[in-house]
Amino acid sequence: MSQIGSFALMLALGLSAYCFLAGFVALFRRDAASARLGETARRAGIATFAAVLLAGIVLVVAAFNDDFSIAYIFHHSNRDLPAAYKFAVLWSGQEGSLLFWSLLLAGYGFVLRLRYKTDQRLFAYASVIIASVQVFFLLILNFAAHPFAVMQGALPADGTGLNPLLQYPEMVIHPPMLYLGYVGFTVPFAFALGALIMKYPGEKWIQITRRWTMVTWCFLTVGVFLGAHWAYAVLGWGGYWGWDPVENASLMPWLTGTAFLHSVMMQEKRGMLKVWNMSLIFATFLLSMLGTFLTRSGVISSVHAFAQSSIGTWFLVFIGLTLAVCTFFLIANRSHLKSEHKLESLVSRESSFLFNNLLLLVVCFTILWGTFFPILSEFVQGHKVTVGPPFFNRVAIPVALLLLLLTAVGPLLAWRKTSVESLKRNFLFPAIGSLAVGGMMILFGVRPWEDPSYFYATMAAILSALVIFTVISEFVRGGRVIAGKTQQNLLSAMIHLCHRNTRRYGGYIVHFGVALVIIGILGTPFNKEVEKEMGFGDKINIGPYTLVCQSFTQDDNPNYANEWAIINVFRGGKQITTMYPERRFYKASQQPQTLPRIYPSFREDLFLVTDVYLVYEGKNETTGRPIIKAHLNPLVPWIWIGLIIMVFGTIVALVPNAAAVQVAATTPVRAPAQVGAGG
Amino acid sequence: MKTVASTQYPVPSRAVRRWLQAAALALAVFVFMGAGDPDVRFKDLGHRMMCTCGCGQVLLECNHVGCQSSDKMRDELQAALDKGGSNNDDLILQGFVQEYGPTVIAAPTATGFNRVAWIMPFLVLALGIAFAVHIVRSWKNRPEPALADGITIPQGSELDEFRRKARKETDL
Repeated sequence: MSQIGSFALMLALGLSAYCFLAGFVALFRRDAASARLGETARRAGIATFAAVLLAGIVLVVAAFNDDFSIAYIFHHSNRDLPAAYKFAVLWSGQEGSLLFWSLLLAGYGFVLRLRYKTDQRLFAYASVIIASVQVFFLLILNFAAHPFAVMQGALPADGTGLNPLLQYPEMVIHPPMLYLGYVGFTVPFAFALGALIMKYPGEKWIQITRRWTMVTWCFLTVGVFLGAHWAYAVLGWGGYWGWDPVENASLMPWLTGTAFLHSVMMQEKRGMLKVWNMSLIFATFLLSMLGTFLTRSGVISSVHAFAQSSIGTWFLVFIGLTLAVCTFFLIANRSHLKSEHKLESLVSRESSFLFNNLLLLVVCFTILWGTFFPILSEFVQGHKVTVGPPFFNRVAIPVALLLLLLTAVGPLLAWRKTSVESLKRNFLFPAIGSLAVGGMMILFGVRPWEDPSYFYATMAAILSALVIFTVISEFVRGGRVIAGKTQQNLLSAMIHLCHRNTRRYGGYIVHFGVALVIIGILGTPFNKEVEKEMGFGDKINIGPYTLVCQSFTQDDNPNYANEWAIINVFRGGKQITTMYPERRFYKASQQPQTLPRIYPSFREDLFLVTDVYLVYEGKNETTGRPIIKAHLNPLVPWIWIGLIIMVFGTIVALVPNAAAVQVAATTPVRAPAQVGAGG
Repeated sequence: MKTVASTQYPVPSRAVRRWLQAAALALAVFVFMGAGDPDVRFKDLGHRMMCTCGCGQVLLECNHVGCQSSDKMRDELQAALDKGGSNNDDLILQGFVQEYGPTVIAAPTATGFNRVAWIMPFLVLALGIAFAVHIVRSWKNRPEPALADGITIPQGSELDEFRRKARKETDL
C-alpha cells in the first residue's frame, strides 16, 4: 500500500515539474515546436491530478483497512474509529493535510487546464504558476513530510487514534472548506501574476477569475465560520472565537480577499486601482501560505496547530521567493498598471471602496501584528509577551465598527459622484430605523455608558440595523420601480431586480448576512454563566431558565467510555427540552473530551434567541455527582444564520444576469450623471 | 506710539468650556465605572490574564478538562481581592507576573517596548487615512480626459434637468 502511495507521489512530482518547466520554456520560445511543448505541459498538469488523487485514495483506503504499517495511519486512526472519521484521517495530521492541500490544488489546476480555450496564452501562464506551487507541495510531501512513511519494528496491533477534538461531525466538513478557500486563492493569484508578467491588455483576466475568486471566498468564509462553530460546539468554553493564532491565520486572507472582491470592481468599472488589486491578490495568496506555515511550523503555539516540524523552513523560503517574484514584476511592469480614470467626487462609490479597503487592511494588519508580536517581543526584549483577546478586542473592534458604517453607507453612494440631496433622501429611512434600534436597546435596559463592552454592543446594533435597513431600502426602491414598469407585485419585482443585477444584489444579501453575524456577536457582553455540582433533582437558575438534574449515568463503546447528565430545562414553569451534556474518554488516545449541548431558544424568543449551553465539566470524585456549567449566550444563533445568508448571497452573485426589463420608451436621457447608487 | 501686538490665542466660549468639562467628566465616569466592585474586579482581572496550562485561553474562560492551573489561579485571584490590602489592580497583576512570568498577562502592558504593540495599529490607520486622502486628492486633480469633437459635458441647469428626468424614470 505504502509503495503505491509513494510511487504516486513521486510520479506526481515528476509530472508537475515537467508541467512547470516545459510550460515555462513554451511560453518564452516563439517557434512552432513551442505550441506542442505547451500542450504536453498542459497534459502533464492534468495527469498530475490523477497521480495525486491516487495517492489520496491510497491513504484513505489504508485508513479504512487499518494499515498500521503506515506511520501516519498508526498515529491518526484506530480500529474502532467510526468510518466518517477514517475518511477525515486524510486531513487530520500534518502529512495527510499537506497531501489534501496538494490534491485540491491539482483539482483546481485540472479544471483550469480543461478550460484553457477561453484564452490559451493567459491560461498557459496561470497553469505554469500553479504548477510551480504544486511542485513546492509535492517536494515537501516527497522529502520532508511523507504521508506513506512506514513504521519501524514490529507491526502495532492498533493505532493511537484520532485526536478527540477532531471526532466531531463538523471536522469532516470544516477542514475541506477551509482548504478549498486557502488553495482556491492560488487560481486568481496565478491569473493575476500571469496577466502582469505578459502585460495582458484590459481587464478580461478579472472577468475570467471573478467566479473563481467568489467561489473561493465563499469556501473560505464557510471554513472560517465552521471553525468558529466547531470551537463553540466542541471546546466547551462557551465562546466561538478566541483570537488564537491559527484562527487569526484563517481570517487574514479572508480580509484581504474581501478587500479584493470590492476593489476589483473599481478596476472593472473605472480602470482604477490596478496596482492595488494586484497587490491585494498577491497578499491574499501569501497570507494563505502564511496561515499554512503558522499551523505547521510550531512557531506559534495553538490548540489548532499540528505538531512542531521542520517544514516551516520550506514554507518561509517559498513565501520569500514568491514575494520576491511578485515584487519584481510589480515594479518592472508598473507602467502596464497605470490607472485610466480620475475621481470626480469624494462622496462616491469609488472613495467608499478605497476606505473600505483601507479599514479591511488595517484590521488585517492588526491581526498580523498581534499574532507575530510575541516573536518580535522575544527578539527585542528577550522574553515573550501574550497578545490575547483583550488586545484584539480593544484594537480591532473600533475599526470593525467603522467598517460596518461603510458597509451601510457604501451602497447608497453612486459611482463617480453622489449629490448630498440624493444621499439624504436615501439615508433618511435607514438612519431613523437604526437610531430607533439604539433607543430601544437603552429602553430595554442596556446602558452603553456603564461599560465599554455595552457601548460597543449598542454601536454594533445601531450600525448593523443601518446595514439591514439600507439593504431593505435598496431592494424596495428598485423593486417599486420595476413593479411600476411591469405591473408585478413588489416581491416578484424584487426577485426580478435581483436577477437583473445578481452581482450587486447578491452583494447586498451578503451585507445583510454580515449584519446578522455582527448582531450575533454583539450579544457577548450579556452572556451569563453558572457552575454547580448537581445531584438528582438539583436546580440551577440562570436567566429565565431553570435547569433540573433528572439523572446522570455512564456508558461504554469500543471507541470511548462516556458519562453524561440528563438535564430538564424549564422556562416559566413549563419544560421546554431535555439536554445531555457529556464527557467522553477516548480509549485509543487515552484522552478525555467534553461535549457541550446547545439549545437555541427559537421557539421561545425568535428574534432575541438565546443559546442555553451546558457543559459537563467533570465529576466530584467524593460525591460522584456531575459538575455542570451552564451558559446563556444571547443572539449567538444569528451568527450561523448570517453565514447561511452570506453563502446564499454569494450564490446569487454567481448567477448570470437576466436580460433587462423591456419598458416603453420615454424621452431619451443623455449622460445621466448622478441618480442614486450605481451597481 | 507704536503698540506691539501680542499673540492672541482663541479662547473657547463659556458654553464650549462647559461642554468640554462635561465630556471629560463623562469619560472619567465611563473609564472608572464599577472599578471598586469586587465581583466586577474579579471578572475584569480574570479576563486580563491567561490560564497557564497551555490551553491558550483567558483565565476565566479556561474549562480545560483536568486543568491544574486555572482553579488554583482563580483561587489566588479571589484571595488577593478578599485580602483587600491592595486596591491597585496593577499590583495584583504584578504579583501574578512574578509567580507565572510575563506571559500570564493577556495583552501587552502599556510600558516600554510593549507600547509599540498598541501604537502600531493606530499609527497604520492614521497613515492609511492620510495616504487614502492623498490618493483621492491626486485622482481628483487629474486632468479631464479629452472629449471627441462635438461632445459637450452638461453643466448647471442642463445637468439638473438630466438628473430630474433620470430620477423620474428610475427612482421612487
